Amino acid sequence: MDFTVVLAQIKPKLGCVVENLASVEERIAAAREAGADLIVFPELALSGYFLKDLVPDVALRVDSAEIQRLVELSRGISIAIGFVEETDDYHFFNSALYLEDGAIRHLHRKVYLPTYGLFDEQRYLARGEAFRAFDTRFGRFGMLICEDMWHLSASYILAMDGATTLICLSSSPARGIEGDSLGSAAAWQKLVSTTAMFLNCRVLYSNRVGFEDGVNFWGGSEYIAPSGESMVRGLLLEEDSVTARVHEGALRRERIFSPMMRDENLFVTMQELQRIAQERGR
Amino acid sequence: MMSELLANTELLRKILVGFVREEVRKVGISKVVLGLSGGIDSALVAFIAAEALDPENVHAICMPYRTSNPESEKHARLVAEACGIRFSVVPITTMVDAYFEKFPDADNMRRGNKMARERMTILFDHSALLRALVLGTSNKTELLLGYGTLYGDMASALNPIGDIYKSQVWQLSAAMGVPREVIEKQPSADLWAGQTDEEELGFSYRQVDKLLFRMVDKRLTRQELAAEGFDGEFVESIHAKIQNSHFKRRLPVIAKVSNRTIDRDFRYARDWGK
Repeated sequence: MDFTVVLAQIKPKLGCVVENLASVEERIAAAREAGADLIVFPELALSGYFLKDLVPDVALRVDSAEIQRLVELSRGISIAIGFVEETDDYHFFNSALYLEDGAIRHLHRKVYLPTYGLFDEQRYLARGEAFRAFDTRFGRFGMLICEDMWHLSASYILAMDGATTLICLSSSPARGIEGDSLGSAAAWQKLVSTTAMFLNCRVLYSNRVGFEDGVNFWGGSEYIAPSGESMVRGLLLEEDSVTARVHEGALRRERIFSPMMRDENLFVTMQELQRIAQERGR
Repeated sequence: MMSELLANTELLRKILVGFVREEVRKVGISKVVLGLSGGIDSALVAFIAAEALDPENVHAICMPYRTSNPESEKHARLVAEACGIRFSVVPITTMVDAYFEKFPDADNMRRGNKMARERMTILFDHSALLRALVLGTSNKTELLLGYGTLYGDMASALNPIGDIYKSQVWQLSAAMGVPREVIEKQPSADLWAGQTDEEELGFSYRQVDKLLFRMVDKRLTRQELAAEGFDGEFVESIHAKIQNSHFKRRLPVIAKVSNRTIDRDFRYARDWGK
């Protein structure tokens, strides 16, 4: 079905869950008021990104009052949002929830926690172990958290699991000032467009803005049509609210025009991956 | 040939102006203070701050010593007027001379360091006086080479230009309208008349920036640098400068005895809760 999505390009405050939750609620109310069906927040929207030793202090259980409040709000509008999740066995995950009709439809735990360059996630966070597509009232979705998307297999698995819409929640730092456009933005734009094109999927990319210790997150949230074309893109380096009207017809037409996913041979892929795994001795 | 070092000045300006605006305001402060030497680095920081905040909230202090080139104060004043910020002059001659009366044999290095630290105390005193954050004005070239005084000109709360090379400072300064006289003059620590950075360092900024960019940012190997025509001895001497000045870029070393030692296993962002 056709639907309207808002990509909430926010500026979370580092370690301030109460304040961040209040601003998230404001954005939800505004999107709902404007008639949106779905709102997508960035990675770690409730806590900020460079948490380090703050991770246990900002973590929320899925049954916490804060998360249950968002679950309640999803009766009026579907919500995708990132936060630090605390589990019964006291592991802490970089997680994303998809909330709809007053229920949790899906919980994704970031699988690829980067530790190179300026990143240090796996020191503080536990690694997720699954990519699963899930059904929503807008069709079958898959969720990725930032670095997940840089692994072809992640998007591929979700698409093979039937997802036709990929949501990517991101906290991508701005770097690379030598080119015509911001280096990290250019790389991401190439990535989301190519992913959409290869997998005949829509991509809803929500990236945060604001500074943390001198590191600037670049925003530029966007909706990519299944053709790979960027339909609407948010401001660079500034807060924004990006509204996109997503048409079912465009997805159908693209899948008729470029039926690569129909022709994708899961058997060949599995056979070769299994061979490779065997040869590596695992 | 230097195309990698050419910055997209429009983008860079937006990021650095945003940096000052956000990092100052998020701590609940609206003002900044900086030392304005008459040179290009502090001039650029003044322009960035004036654009980020109301120029009324940017306080520049020129702190000449009796041997400083009189042109420096003139240029500092010119920069302050050009970007509309507040300007004052606090000479450091009496304080510095009073100290060296006790140590008349002190060499130029000790005198230069003392002057840099004298200026630092004035800036941080004004930080308390004005409720203003001190802006740093060290560029990436100086920081990597260790060409600065620890706890002197290297001391600040926020440094907008610490990740851009001198070559990029020149470019951005031109794009932001820093007065031409300031851009075109020879960089100098201005400890005595006629002193220039490039003479003291023994190479030009453009030359060393080209190497630093390849060595630090691109992580080229020695062989790759040689293949690009860099002299092996020059490469080694610059590498040694970076290594030997690394202590200046780190916090003091703490002897570990507990389970949570500051900065080793007690780790928080400075913007914690902001």
